[in-house]
Amino acid sequence: MTSPLLSVALFHLGPVPITAGVVATWAIMAVLVLGGILVSRRLSLVPSASQAAFELVVDAVDSQIRDTMRVEPAPYRAFIGTLFTFIFVANWSSLVPGVEPPTAHLETDAALALLVFVAVIWFGIRAGGVRRYLATFASPNPIMIPLNFIESLTRTFSLLVRLFGNVMSGVFVIGIVLSLAGLLVPIPLMALDLLTGAVQAYIFAVLAMVFIAGAISEGQPAPDASSQRTPP
Amino acid sequence: MNWLALVSIISAALAVSFGAIGPALAEGRAVAAAMDAIARQPESANTISRTLFVGLAMIETMAIYCLVIALLLLFANPLLK
Repeated sequence: MTSPLLSVALFHLGPVPITAGVVATWAIMAVLVLGGILVSRRLSLVPSASQAAFELVVDAVDSQIRDTMRVEPAPYRAFIGTLFTFIFVANWSSLVPGVEPPTAHLETDAALALLVFVAVIWFGIRAGGVRRYLATFASPNPIMIPLNFIESLTRTFSLLVRLFGNVMSGVFVIGIVLSLAGLLVPIPLMALDLLTGAVQAYIFAVLAMVFIAGAISEGQPAPDASSQRTPP
Repeated sequence: MNWLALVSIISAALAVSFGAIGPALAEGRAVAAAMDAIARQPESANTISRTLFVGLAMIETMAIYCLVIALLLLFANPLLK
């Protein structure tokens, strides 16, 4: 059995090795971009069926951002929405026969986690300037500076390991069961894998929102759902 | 098979088995608490289940960490090269 931590190069483009994950990633990006262009080409005030469906998706992303970050969603919609859509489509791309989801490899997840790491800094600086952003590191008191700094690195790493571990373990378990039992046996596991993939895409987007909200809220802790709780 | 490979295999199995105990207990407690909360306040079921899903995924990550460690031991063990 091949190691899930390795990616084998399909072919070489000059000196650059191209793996199956890279091909799948570019195919997913092409599908998303072309789909976005096709749907948004003829926008009308009275939406067609496809436009209504996509407006539903945008509306759902907006309401999640509003609920989680307690800000107007416009500056963050593009980043969070793209993150969610890409990971969702990538996780479900295992439905296509012969395609292994690119998120089941460390490299894609590392790139996504790095994007979130950079986006937190970018949105934090854009919201309140460099001084206010750096002040969030000393948020309860200055003793916490090293801890907050390490946390911003470790949470990026845990984003990476979480997505990789969940998607890869699904692919891995299906492979093991397929080699042990036979053709139709892993179907329930694949259904579970689809659920896990959708939930993980949602989790990744929510955690990105929480991290960005922590950076833009000038030293206050990130707002969470527990503040809405009413006493019994 | 040398003793280093043997120890790696045994410790990979130990990592997954013991690493699954804690998250299993924690997920059970989390789901029980969420059920309790939904039974008390059915109108806030949406918020509760959203938070529950995020929390469950966070808890499950602990087990996934153990799985990654086990896979590292089995497939990318630096001592066995």
